[in-house]
Amino acid sequence: MNFDKELDARGLNCPLPILRSKKALGELATGQVLKVVATDPGAIKDFEAFAKQTGNELLSSAQAGGEFTFFMKKK
Amino acid sequence: MSQKKLAIIATKGTLDWAYPPFILASVAAALDYQVEIFFTFYGLQLVRKDLSGLKVSPLGNPGMPMKMPFGPKWFRGITWNVPNAIQALVPGYESFATAMMKKTIANNGVDTVGGLRDICLECEVKFVACQMTVDLFGFSHDDFIGGMEYAGAAAMFEFAGDSDICLFI
Repeated sequence: MNFDKELDARGLNCPLPILRSKKALGELATGQVLKVVATDPGAIKDFEAFAKQTGNELLSSAQAGGEFTFFMKKK
Repeated sequence: MSQKKLAIIATKGTLDWAYPPFILASVAAALDYQVEIFFTFYGLQLVRKDLSGLKVSPLGNPGMPMKMPFGPKWFRGITWNVPNAIQALVPGYESFATAMMKKTIANNGVDTVGGLRDICLECEVKFVACQMTVDLFGFSHDDFIGGMEYAGAAAMFEFAGDSDICLFI
């Protein structure tokens, strides 16, 4: 999937992946896509909740080898 | 949709209890909440310029797992049940436990209290200190970080009464 910015949140624990993502989304324009890679297992539910409450669309959420990858489209 | 509001009343002044107010406030701000934290009693410790005084005490705190944040895996897995009487008698036990806790926090990729506090300020979380307890404990405004407001319980209720979520921590 194409993306405009990538955030490496590996090794960071709650709430940092969400806080860093919020900041990174702030640097994007509407419609642009942020890719986030995290290792916090709580991130799956958190990114769903983050998307639902902020209106930024969670395009995909995938898990492979202990890493979680999210693509979010800025509102 | 109007902006949601979160009001937090922070009353604890130890290293462990410094986390919940700042974590919840920063995440709520990231979720576009308007957030205010009212620091009162021991919670005032969380807004001092110097956070190095924040400590954690395992003494009389049976819920706190005591594990070592270093060494081989089997060693880290041991729970150290140190009797209260010994904890109270050994000089520097609290400082030792605090150092271990800070190491555990760093090992787990959790931010420092100061780091989370900075994020809250960046996200425009409003910090209000209880003037009565500032006076009670002999603090001056100079002991606290800039950008604070000083007010009383009535001001806290003005915001909290209008909030969607209000937490006493």
